[in-house]
Amino acid sequence: MKTDIILSGVGGQGILSIATIIGEAATRTGLALKQAEVHGMSQRGGDVQSNLRLSDTSIASDLIALGTADMIISLEPMEALRYLPYLSKDGWIITSSAPFKNIPNYPDEQALADELRAQPHVVSLDVEQLARENHMQKSANVILLGAAASFLKILDAATLRESVGRIFASKGEEVVNMNYRAFDIGHEYVKSLGL
Amino acid sequence: MENNDKLLLLGDQAIALGAIHAGISGVYAYPGTPSTEITEYIQDSPLARGRGLHSTWCTNEKTAMEAALGMSYVGKRALVCMKHVGMNVCADAFVNSAITGVNGGIVVLAADDPSMHSSQNEQDSRFYGKFAMVPILEPSSQQEAYNMMEYAYDLSEKEKLPVLMRITTRMAHSRAAVKVKEKFSDVTCTGRESVPSDWVLLPGNARRRYLEVIAEQPQLLALSETSPFNKSVFKDGMSERGIVACGIGYNYVMENYPDGCPYPIVKISQYPLPMEQLTRLADSCKEVLVVEDGQPFVEEQLKGLLPSRYVVKGSLSGDLPRTGELTPDNVKAALGIESGQVYAPARNLVPRPPALCVGCGHRDVYDALNRVAAEYPGAKIFGDIGCYTLGALPPFRTLNSCVDMGASITMAKGAADAGQFPAIAVIGDSTFTHSGMTGLLDAVNDKANITVVISDNLTTAMTGGQDSAGTNKFEAICIGLGVEPEHVRVVVPLPKNMEEITRVIREEIEYDGVSVIIPRRECIQTLNRKLKKKRAEKK
Repeated sequence: MKTDIILSGVGGQGILSIATIIGEAATRTGLALKQAEVHGMSQRGGDVQSNLRLSDTSIASDLIALGTADMIISLEPMEALRYLPYLSKDGWIITSSAPFKNIPNYPDEQALADELRAQPHVVSLDVEQLARENHMQKSANVILLGAAASFLKILDAATLRESVGRIFASKGEEVVNMNYRAFDIGHEYVKSLGL
Repeated sequence: MENNDKLLLLGDQAIALGAIHAGISGVYAYPGTPSTEITEYIQDSPLARGRGLHSTWCTNEKTAMEAALGMSYVGKRALVCMKHVGMNVCADAFVNSAITGVNGGIVVLAADDPSMHSSQNEQDSRFYGKFAMVPILEPSSQQEAYNMMEYAYDLSEKEKLPVLMRITTRMAHSRAAVKVKEKFSDVTCTGRESVPSDWVLLPGNARRRYLEVIAEQPQLLALSETSPFNKSVFKDGMSERGIVACGIGYNYVMENYPDGCPYPIVKISQYPLPMEQLTRLADSCKEVLVVEDGQPFVEEQLKGLLPSRYVVKGSLSGDLPRTGELTPDNVKAALGIESGQVYAPARNLVPRPPALCVGCGHRDVYDALNRVAAEYPGAKIFGDIGCYTLGALPPFRTLNSCVDMGASITMAKGAADAGQFPAIAVIGDSTFTHSGMTGLLDAVNDKANITVVISDNLTTAMTGGQDSAGTNKFEAICIGLGVEPEHVRVVVPLPKNMEEITRVIREEIEYDGVSVIIPRRECIQTLNRKLKKKRAEKK
């Protein structure tokens, strides 16, 4: 079994933390992993992505081929759409619906939302808003990870949740518990959709 | 992060750990994407710290290469790291290090950046290795990169030559589990008796050494033929196609054949090219496809080395793109496999280029320069390399040039020599000490009418905030090089100081001679990191 994930967002939003948590879960369960990251100039507010590949057999390429990604997990709706050509026929898009507008020519928000909604397999949720409502502004990315958990067939949600705890362990119990809650909020949200 | 005996490492980190485990005494480097994380890993490694390994940053790649050569001279192993264009800066020392030879092993790590993710060209460092006539290694995986380090140092010491290791961005910045050794070398010292005249490259000695390096070439070739990192799989009978795959190019080929490659294939991870294997491959197929990241280094050589009746394909033939990095998709197309793309690109999509951070001091510098430049139609502002190069893009569009490290000052001087007024240079603090100081001396000696802006944010910001060699020394350096003390001006780039900054710029443009303006304010990224750390400590 193999799962190819494209993580996307804007430099500074924290997509690499999501990758770190999934990576921890994958290595702990003995899966092979390759994760191509973006360092350097793009991190200054440009579009950033990471190719994360998990498999129970060995992985050749660090990069995901067009039409083969099982998931796009994105912290920004336009950045989710940027990688559409990489998505496989039955692949899912799990994305934040809140636009990050740091460019003057950002597309029309409604048109963007409509195009996203027109995709066959998409979960779009305002993780920023959910984070604010639950007083966990810094955990928007973990809410998104919780939402993605149901679709990550290669890892079960409990294992992922455990990794959330392990990654934040050094920051103290309070931070760990907040991130557990964030994960649960995302996870419950998707369950409530009854997909 | 540990998984039994495995570590999850970036390619850069695997190389760093491999070098520590091979017993190096020091790493010498100037930060440059995608090579920076190698030195950072060694700086953070408890093992390296415990051994007292040298790991502080160098002023530029040339000083790095030379310091490594000194370490080698006394019998210790040294690692030199840089991005590809750094090879241009250290080329003098690098090429001559093949002529001096080494005592302790030297590995020169060049990280190429095809697709120019964070660079100004796509030059392929393998040409430098061939040029200097030294062995080249090109790992195809993080594990292989780790394993190669000890091999590389042994090879370097055995052949008495520096070894060039070449990687590309995807190897540098991709993570995978790496099995590391449980027992590894201590810091080693060859204790080799050097022939003293080997290291004195007067023509008489250099001629002798050059002949020795040439005489060594058949041995390097023989080592490539038997290298554990070069791998050939041949097939019975005549194949439609044979494949030569270099470094990570091998992975993209194999990605397209999960059940095994149906064609004979030679994987290249050590150069000079193992021509015996390659000739056998060419003899067993109708055409050879060369899959290599970067420039057509192997394709071009094969065309020359194989008799002309053989068909060699690659990026020169147009089967693979001539620019940009390899991907599973462009390799797929070259192999004649149909793309699996399902969904068309989105309609509501625009590029999102990087930009200067909100609150960055460079922003205020460009705001001020734009205001003053508007008063001088025809003003030319020469830029340099760093975050502040983004000042060439909207909304600022301040810079007219960006060529190489340090070129802002010398280009401004050349333009001023030709009558350009005003001729202004914008250079970052780290770039100034890397390669700007010598140009400033040229300008002082010629009394060139230029205005140099050293935008000092107290760090090497572009690559993530490494120490900057000249911090707290810039006024002294400029005055020491001969800039008049009253024309070395320091300002604080904040919006509230705009009136003062623009006045200072105006005054120094009007001064007929070399003036230096130093807008100084800490990088917003490093500042935020420090504040965050402080808050965490308070808790």
